[in-house]
Amino acid sequence: MKPRVATVWLGGCSGCHMSFLDLDERLIELADKIDLVYSPIADVKEFPRDVDVVLVEGAVANVEHEEFAHIIRRNSHFVVSFGDCAVTGNVTAMRNGLDTDDVLNRAYVELADLTPRIPRDYPTIAELLKQARPLHEFIRVDAFIHGCPPTADQIWSAVSELLQGKTPALSHVFLRYG
Amino acid sequence: MPTSTITISPVTRIEGHAKITIQVDGKGVVQDARFHVNEFRGFEKFCEGRLMWEMGGITSRICGICPTSHLITSAKAGDAILSVAIPETAQKLRRLITLAQWLQSHALSFFHLSSPDFILGFDSDPAKRNIFGLIAQDKEFAKRGIRLRKYGQEIIEVLGTRKIHTPWAVAGGVREPFDSAKRDYLLNWIPEARETALMALETMKKIHVKFQHDIPNYGNFRSLFVGLVADDGALEYYDGRLRVMDGAGNIIADKIDTAQYHEYFGEATEDWSYLKFPYYKPLGYQKGMYRVGPLARVNICDYIDTPLAEAERKLFKAIAGEAETVNNSFYYHYARLIEILFSVEKIEALLNDPVILGHNIRAKAMINQTHGIGASEAPRGTLFHEYWVNDDGLLQKVDLVIATAQNNLAMNRTVRQLAMQYMDGAKVTEGILNRIEAGIRCFDPCLSCSTHAIGKMPMHVQVVDEEHRLLCDVRR
Repeated sequence: MKPRVATVWLGGCSGCHMSFLDLDERLIELADKIDLVYSPIADVKEFPRDVDVVLVEGAVANVEHEEFAHIIRRNSHFVVSFGDCAVTGNVTAMRNGLDTDDVLNRAYVELADLTPRIPRDYPTIAELLKQARPLHEFIRVDAFIHGCPPTADQIWSAVSELLQGKTPALSHVFLRYG
Repeated sequence: MPTSTITISPVTRIEGHAKITIQVDGKGVVQDARFHVNEFRGFEKFCEGRLMWEMGGITSRICGICPTSHLITSAKAGDAILSVAIPETAQKLRRLITLAQWLQSHALSFFHLSSPDFILGFDSDPAKRNIFGLIAQDKEFAKRGIRLRKYGQEIIEVLGTRKIHTPWAVAGGVREPFDSAKRDYLLNWIPEARETALMALETMKKIHVKFQHDIPNYGNFRSLFVGLVADDGALEYYDGRLRVMDGAGNIIADKIDTAQYHEYFGEATEDWSYLKFPYYKPLGYQKGMYRVGPLARVNICDYIDTPLAEAERKLFKAIAGEAETVNNSFYYHYARLIEILFSVEKIEALLNDPVILGHNIRAKAMINQTHGIGASEAPRGTLFHEYWVNDDGLLQKVDLVIATAQNNLAMNRTVRQLAMQYMDGAKVTEGILNRIEAGIRCFDPCLSCSTHAIGKMPMHVQVVDEEHRLLCDVRR
């Protein structure tokens, strides 16, 4: 059976997923090697059980991310923090020094021409956490891939090792932020 | 009559993607439907206190799909703050990277994300309805799409040293000059890219026939269309001024300087979505609904100044006839492919222009204004960055009007139309879910600019009555 691979997108810009797509023709090779069982680029219904490897992009920024992080951990054998937002909080955490109400107020009240109000207390609205935090502060993480975003070569190197059942030992050239 | 609410949300609603709710009355007749976005990061506040020079690097992190559009728009706001006219070489290089951004983003939308619906079918196995399923079904088609996106990304990397989040454009110009070896490398790709663009358009014409019974329901209504147009009326992507056209094809406002956009466009807020609701001020909220992006741009321009794309534009316009603009949101897909072809033709022309090899690439100046507005056409529509700085160039206030947000009212209208067309009381089928989802997908919403739902939204629909009893539960 092919390894069951998932990718998840929490509080981030999707740049890490775009870099994953920058694998380009290597995606065709990957299609033969894995089952993509959950991903924002695929039609999937819920995070499945028995995921072998999951790449998690983004910081944990709201209550839904936090709840989801625990489901990811419960259902996955190997969890990878995928990119700088998951690893450090990065740009998503730039609001951390500010009060969440001030941040929301600027966007939805001060910059609104009409009906200024903060979206909240509605079932479709995910409440922000006071701070956006890295994934490993919420769940155990098995490996980290740095970069904003990690390059496609870096992702290929890590994924290739993961698919051989190894913890990726990234050479120093890949250990950079930004 | 008691009413009930149907919530269509990602099964992974804990992940926080977009959601759709549909309200039906006691007879099962749809009363309303809404498209909700539930993610927020707060760039407009936390950028305060940063240097204007950093804004390109920071705001490109708004979105990994269209970072270069944010970079260019940020640099243009910086140009205004420096009060400089940038060198011609820099302007043409910025044009080149803007088109590369269109190319890679539009290729992603059509090949990687939407074509699984078209090639595998709306009713095909959801587990395989993705890029990997497409590879299994038609490897050659998938590979062509992958390589077209790759070409756009290669141009960005050749110019800016990285594919995603390049810091290459700055206030006053660009950081690095171009050279003839790089030009020749990129020119070699043109024949393949053009062939793929034409092949995609032929595929779209078949799709048009294949789905002719479905298409009339995909957000088919009149609205305003807004975008940048060149001074001679040509399709524009980097500069130009704003044009507003109504659904009958009348130009109701034209040659609006982008620095005046606030006089014409406002934003409303609703408590049920993190995505704001821009509207055209002269007509007010709701009536001032407008659409931006490929459909708007191809509708509002007088012509396209590249021959192959112009020929396709004329065919496209014939869909609607003389008296109308193309009002059906399904044709966003079609317009996007015309823009891919345009981008390839225009990239070739720019690469063959000797001006891009110049070494005068950056106008240097200090802070000369404390306020600046930048605008350009991002893949999904007109993007505005507005900055207020102090004399040292430290940001005092930031206002970002994102392309996808400007389609918010129209996306809600589309969801409502699809729900009314396909919903039959409390019965919710997989086919209905997929069609409502596909309605949103026409707009190619770049929700990472506000949230982060690309690809297919996994869905979970529950119909409950007013006592919260479950009437129907469908997942896929």
